[in-house]
Amino acid sequence: MIPRALGFAALVAIVAAFPLFAGNYPVKLLQEILIWGIFAMSLDLLMGYAGMVSFGHSAFFGIGGYVAALALVKSSGLVSALLLPALAAAAAALVIGFFSIRVSGVYFIMLTLAFSQMFYAVAFQAAWLGAEDGLVGVPRPSVLGWSPASPAAFHAYLLVIVALSTLFLWRIVRSPFGHVLRGIHDNEGRMQAVGYPVNRYKLLAFVIGGTVAGVAGSLYAQLVGSISPDAFLWTTSGEALLMVIIGGTGTLGGSMLGAAAFILLQSMVSSYTERWMLILGLTFVLLVLFAPGGILGVLRGRVGIRS
Amino acid sequence: MAFLPDVFGQALNGLAYGVLLFLLSVGLTLIFGMLDVVNLAHGSYYMLGAYAGLTLIAVTGNFWLALLVAPAAVALIGAGIERTCLRPLYRRGPLDQVLLTFGLIYVFEDLVKWIWSGRIRSIPTPALFSGSVTVFGATIPSYRLFVIVFGLAIAVAVWALIEKTRLGAIIRAGVFDSEMTAGMGINIDRVFTGVFAFGAALAGLSGVIAGPIQSAYPPMGASILVPALIVVVVGGLGSLKGSLAGSLIIGQAETFGKVWLPGASMLMIYVVMALILLFRPQGLFGRALK
Repeated sequence: MIPRALGFAALVAIVAAFPLFAGNYPVKLLQEILIWGIFAMSLDLLMGYAGMVSFGHSAFFGIGGYVAALALVKSSGLVSALLLPALAAAAAALVIGFFSIRVSGVYFIMLTLAFSQMFYAVAFQAAWLGAEDGLVGVPRPSVLGWSPASPAAFHAYLLVIVALSTLFLWRIVRSPFGHVLRGIHDNEGRMQAVGYPVNRYKLLAFVIGGTVAGVAGSLYAQLVGSISPDAFLWTTSGEALLMVIIGGTGTLGGSMLGAAAFILLQSMVSSYTERWMLILGLTFVLLVLFAPGGILGVLRGRVGIRS
Repeated sequence: MAFLPDVFGQALNGLAYGVLLFLLSVGLTLIFGMLDVVNLAHGSYYMLGAYAGLTLIAVTGNFWLALLVAPAAVALIGAGIERTCLRPLYRRGPLDQVLLTFGLIYVFEDLVKWIWSGRIRSIPTPALFSGSVTVFGATIPSYRLFVIVFGLAIAVAVWALIEKTRLGAIIRAGVFDSEMTAGMGINIDRVFTGVFAFGAALAGLSGVIAGPIQSAYPPMGASILVPALIVVVVGGLGSLKGSLAGSLIIGQAETFGKVWLPGASMLMIYVVMALILLFRPQGLFGRALK
């Protein structure tokens, strides 16, 4: 417990100090990794812990981004930057989850995928959401009077939110609630028989995951300064899914690691060659064939922590 | 513009699109039913078919040759993928399959960009069907009629193959219970490869005939996958009949959505899907959910 906390604190300190010794581009990459990292972790709460492979997690990422973009133009406080996007994503997750958790397996994958594509269709065609160009010129929030223009302030703000989200998710998976989720993952029928209201647990997990994904989407819109319908696209869910799988499902740290691997690989390969998609794709294929269980699975020298 | 001929014309357009979706969803549903794999890269075979067709037409100038050779080439690629990539995954969970087939989308899309460049290319309409015809007062490009007739003919052939032949019986048995089928002395490995290649060939064929209507562009594989998956879910996983019914319904929903609700046309297919799943969660012809 204590070494873990120290490790986490050390990691936060390193990330906080990163802009002091690194240039603009590496800092931006790091910020992207952090945001995609909590997005991937929120998906892992569903996949790795509750056993729900969602292909519609991008819905909440996109909703968070769009709500933040609309709200931040009106007022620049934390309510616009975090509270509204999180609430909107939670509400959407409640509705989508209500319908989706009633089915499982491939039907769950398909239903969640279809829901997120519905949002894509709406965003793509709605003029007030900027149609296919999306919303641009998203302002960064000002927190307690801190200047939104200062990159250092934004980095600190981002780090605090990401660290809090991580602790929140970590606390959840370690709680009795998290253990029930693992139980559902391992044997849903048994949990039902023992008397757990399985569907209520699954729905709650879905809403929590969706909420954190909404925060990630909001942070992403603030970082990049824009949000487009592509955020809703099923391939966005697919990328988050890849990050989770690369890192190893059922380990929050693995998801962050997977996000880092994905984004670093993408940025490194794309700076050397235009063929980054090919190399990235081949990497996934080879990873599945020769390193099942993801990076953590290989590091720990065993196959699949829970796959 | 008269109302009835207009509706009729749109219905034919929807039918042409539905037929294309059917060719795609047959492979998806058989591969899912038999191999238990959600093949996210199935749209890539559609894309490969379109580009292979493009090149064959450019080289030989013969659309009909392309219609024959491109699907065969795609089938070979599919067989190779099944042998090398998917075979080791059958005993693993769906996550590995998702990761692998998602990776394949990247690989195929980038290869196509590399070989054919990323810009939109159109496949020329064969000269024989370059005109248009008037049916019951509606003016239809004759190529669309060709797509409908040809596609329906293929659909009937596929149905006859699977429902009426010994090979089809083996395939149906494999979809129902592949272990039992193997136990009966059927070389199930070869059947798996064959079914996968067959599905890829139909997707490739769909790509070639869609070419003159929809053009070819690299992300076309990823975008056609969503309607194709919706067809499979609406129809019921692993069901051939469901695939046909689902394609026709989704084809009409998409086409009429474009005409009657241009502002929300992309939503139509999801609304239809949600309505159907609300009443039949297992799809129109699906087996009851576990």
